[in-house]
Amino acid sequence: MNKDRLFGKTLKEMQAIVKKLELPGFTAGQITDWLYKKKISHIDEMTNLSKSAREILNASYVLGLESSQKVQSSTDGTKKYLFNSSSEKFIETAFIPDKDRHTVCVSTQVGCKMGCLFCMTGKQGFQGNLTAGEIVNQVRSIDEWESVSNIVYMGMGEPLDNLDEVLKSLEIFTSDWGLAMSPRRITVSTIGITPSLVEFLEKSNAHLAVSLHSPFDHERKMLMPIQQVYPIDEVLKEIRSWDFGRQRRVSFEYIMFKDLNDTQRHIDELAKILNGIRCRINLIRFHPIPDTPLDSSSDETIASFKDQLNAKGIITTIRASRGEDIYAACGLLSTKKQMEK
Amino acid sequence: MPSGELKYIKKSQLTKVALSSSKELTEEVYLISFKREFEFLPGQVIGISPEEDGPRRLYSICSGADDDEVKILYNVVKEGYVTPRLSDLREGDAIWITAPRGKFLYDDGPAYWISTGTGIAPFYSMFRSGLFENKRLIHGERFIERFWFSDELRDNFGDNYLRCCSQESDESTFNGRVTEYLKTTDHLPADYKYYLCGRAEMVVEARDILIGRGIPFNNIISEIYF
Repeated sequence: MNKDRLFGKTLKEMQAIVKKLELPGFTAGQITDWLYKKKISHIDEMTNLSKSAREILNASYVLGLESSQKVQSSTDGTKKYLFNSSSEKFIETAFIPDKDRHTVCVSTQVGCKMGCLFCMTGKQGFQGNLTAGEIVNQVRSIDEWESVSNIVYMGMGEPLDNLDEVLKSLEIFTSDWGLAMSPRRITVSTIGITPSLVEFLEKSNAHLAVSLHSPFDHERKMLMPIQQVYPIDEVLKEIRSWDFGRQRRVSFEYIMFKDLNDTQRHIDELAKILNGIRCRINLIRFHPIPDTPLDSSSDETIASFKDQLNAKGIITTIRASRGEDIYAACGLLSTKKQMEK
Repeated sequence: MPSGELKYIKKSQLTKVALSSSKELTEEVYLISFKREFEFLPGQVIGISPEEDGPRRLYSICSGADDDEVKILYNVVKEGYVTPRLSDLREGDAIWITAPRGKFLYDDGPAYWISTGTGIAPFYSMFRSGLFENKRLIHGERFIERFWFSDELRDNFGDNYLRCCSQESDESTFNGRVTEYLKTTDHLPADYKYYLCGRAEMVVEARDILIGRGIPFNNIISEIYF
């Protein structure tokens, strides 16, 4: 019989477990403390639990932390971790140090269903959702976990296509009984699945990033099939009804493609559709992937695009490319090769 | 376009409808139907839930815009929530639906309609709506019995209906996957539109093949089931 994992359970779930096992109620808090605040590798190391309580737990559960299978290091300090998921599929996680800011980019699915034209992850198809435990494990099981300052849900998969587990992982990251991180240090990135977006905004305080990539319907449809059913104008309409710009931020990701979405027409239209939304735009250089018909805009074009958007009052920055030499940069995560072995 | 005075369902509003039929066409593939009381554009999807407050999923409409009944073709996802419950429902049972939505719509120009599995639904809807001039329909499946609507499609599309069967063969099918056909066929006009519908794996692979064979990516329109 496969034993269930304790790691990834919320306090409420843990309370149900200890009740079922007829352990004292306070044991739930002790266990979450061991799971999310201390560094142990086995239930037996939960030394403030009675020996009999540990035996009862061991009979049905394992701790559930998973070490990485492989680590690659970039010349710029970025590291890419390979983890094995519970379904024997692989996922990748990026650790991106930058002065005092240490960001982990977590995956939420093995592969992705969304089929964006510019993304490597989509080329491996979809192999499954990650559990909350597998999402949190990507932070908790890297060498640098104690120095992590920020988390971005921008790895493999579409977070809002696995919303229940993403929300649960956010609860673990931000609760006092969990990793106790501020939700203001966490950003969830989505292509914009409107019903799930509404639920995310209602149930979480984390920042939101939306993959925009073109302000024009016909272009965005070519790049991102999701535009067929959840068009960006509907996503923006929903965002307008929320209070962004103070405690909680919304940003728009914009990969720059040569001669496709980098013209004056695009600047004008972006200013038009984002008018009235307190937001920022992150411009991202495109990292070419195999069989792609797309090229990156030049550095000069990206810089000019940024300046013109800033001049129109939209705070615009250029995201530094990190970890490109180890395929850890934006849009390059893929575990297709590992799964073919 | 459908005509007549029909009740229009507002966006985000769930409407309770009674199933008029539920048939298992082949193993774990069902076709359900209910009375049409709204207008839609062929190619659009609706959200369906077996419960009023339950999770809902999007499904392409698989019937004509003027048909009396709305039909939905779906595959049972064993580990899923919605489809195992839907498959337990019978005539007269209720489901909850959303308004139709989506922009994967018919275009007048010459096009290839490429689908696998239940991804044939939007194309069948366009066909049932009388919209299939200049279209070549390619459908991929593992087994011949899973080419639903085959007789009707063959009668109307003639040589422009191609079945790609990966696990069985007969004289009327291409023996192999849809993607294999796209790799080997001599006839892929660059100025045609290519509509793709089905699972992400197929859509992404087919798109890459088409681009590799010289089709401009702005001539490829994709609808992904998720």
